[in-house]
Amino acid sequence: MAVDKSTVAHIAKLACIRIPEAQQEALAGELNSILGWVEQLGELDTQGIAPMTSVVEMRLPKRVDAVTDGDCRDKVIANAPESAHGFFSVPKVVE
Amino acid sequence: MSLVQGKTGEWEVVIGLEVHAQVIAESKLFSGAATAFGAEPNTQVSLVDAAMPGMLPVLNEKSIEQAVKTGLGLNAQINLTSVFERKNYFYPDLPQGYQISQYLQPIVGEGVVTLDLPDGAVKEVGIERLHLEQDAGKSLHDQHPTATYIDLNRSGVTLMEIVSKPDMRSAEEVGAYLEKLRSILRYLGTCSGNMEEGSMRCDVNVSVRHPGEDLGTRTETKNVNSIRFAKQAIEHEAKRQIALIEDGGKVTQETRLFDPDRGVTRAMRSKEEAHDYRYFPDPDLLPVVLDPDWVAELKRGLPELPDAKKARFTADFGLSAYDAGVLVAEQETAAYFETVVAGGGGRDAKQAANWVTGALFGALNRGGMEIGAAPIDADKLGGLLDLLEAGTISGRIAKDVFDAMWESGKDAATVVEEKGLKQISDSGAIEAIVDHAIADNPGQVEQFKSGNDKVLGWFVGQIMKASQGKANPGMVNQLLRKKLT
Repeated sequence: MAVDKSTVAHIAKLACIRIPEAQQEALAGELNSILGWVEQLGELDTQGIAPMTSVVEMRLPKRVDAVTDGDCRDKVIANAPESAHGFFSVPKVVE
Repeated sequence: MSLVQGKTGEWEVVIGLEVHAQVIAESKLFSGAATAFGAEPNTQVSLVDAAMPGMLPVLNEKSIEQAVKTGLGLNAQINLTSVFERKNYFYPDLPQGYQISQYLQPIVGEGVVTLDLPDGAVKEVGIERLHLEQDAGKSLHDQHPTATYIDLNRSGVTLMEIVSKPDMRSAEEVGAYLEKLRSILRYLGTCSGNMEEGSMRCDVNVSVRHPGEDLGTRTETKNVNSIRFAKQAIEHEAKRQIALIEDGGKVTQETRLFDPDRGVTRAMRSKEEAHDYRYFPDPDLLPVVLDPDWVAELKRGLPELPDAKKARFTADFGLSAYDAGVLVAEQETAAYFETVVAGGGGRDAKQAANWVTGALFGALNRGGMEIGAAPIDADKLGGLLDLLEAGTISGRIAKDVFDAMWESGKDAATVVEEKGLKQISDSGAIEAIVDHAIADNPGQVEQFKSGNDKVLGWFVGQIMKASQGKANPGMVNQLLRKKLT
């Protein structure tokens, strides 16, 4: 898989990261070397082997359905750049 | 099959639905915050739901149970291994920057829903899959001129996305599908089905084609929040697509929004890269593995569902498919009906069905009430039917007694007693009224004798009126005939 300049621009847009055009070519090179390194895994024959989901054999932990959290509005909105009447306030986004 | 006539021939409308159903649970899918509707903004948000750094999701076992129950109720395959993945996109009401959802391995696979159509016919609609995912927060766009307010109370609440196959062909079928799905979810107790509160919302996929052709390009209309709006959106979208193609244009695959004020759909503006979600398995969560014995146990514990109940009502009670379908749509209605039938040592089921779907539904509609709040409970309605059956009151009077019971909350016997509405079945008393009517109307008697049978009905009317509806109509008829001939 090869990454070019336009792929970099696309990924940056999806990730909401501003990357000046001048840097895009260089980033494509870096991403390609990372991907190339990962692609060494392709040399292994994984035919018939289920993907590993955990290093140790364990089951997904579950909770009992009970209200044990929340009711901490001040903490939740403490870091918001803008808030009003208990809501987060963001620049208008309307379709 | 219902086809739409266009300028260039007949068109078939092909519809599939994605229904988002909020799961009934005390707490959220991955956090212990509450899920109740209508709380103060951001008071039911944990630091997990707000996506604070370092917070980890822990799965609610109830959410899994509800999804599996729903899958069983949809006659669907239960996948013993399923995987939560991240669906990546940015929106202010999605603090994580991704939604935890299921993609390649959903918890429930293919199933089927049987529709009861208004003409009594049935139709099967395939279920493609059901998967679990987090709901997003809520954006309020109308509270401030330049700002959008965000409430994260809904953020992280468990949703089931139920995806149908493109098996529907008209707005009516979609209405029947949504009604049936809602009915099943309510029977199972897995979703309230309350579309006004947003507990059930749907995305509508519509395409058109000439019959027999391959599927056309579809559009997806998002966030339609009532059955009526779903029907309107389909009608509008089908007309728009047909007109577009017939004028030489092409349908673009796109996401549209329904405008409930104008009853039209319109294209969303920002969407170019919206569909690149870059799903990948959520590294914070392991696959969900179900124990087959546990699934079997849930299956044994399922309530009797609408289809089974409907079959039993038609078989055991001799009801029409239509009446049975109406009675089983809501569990409470079915239970009410069964209580009426079972009481008093067993009552006439057809009679009971008529009263429940007629007088009772009428009164509930007028009062905007749920059946649980009806002033006439099943035992009281049963009491009324018993008086009718015993001939204590006439059918005409029974409706008045019903209305008086509805007003006062009293039982039928009390109302009849207080208002003196007992049917007159004493032949002496009826004979006196009949004689009186004959004596007062010699002209009509002549007409009858000269062969005008219709006058008999007129006489019955006069006599019923004179007795304030209380005379036993059977006896009136009999006596009248005897005396006139």
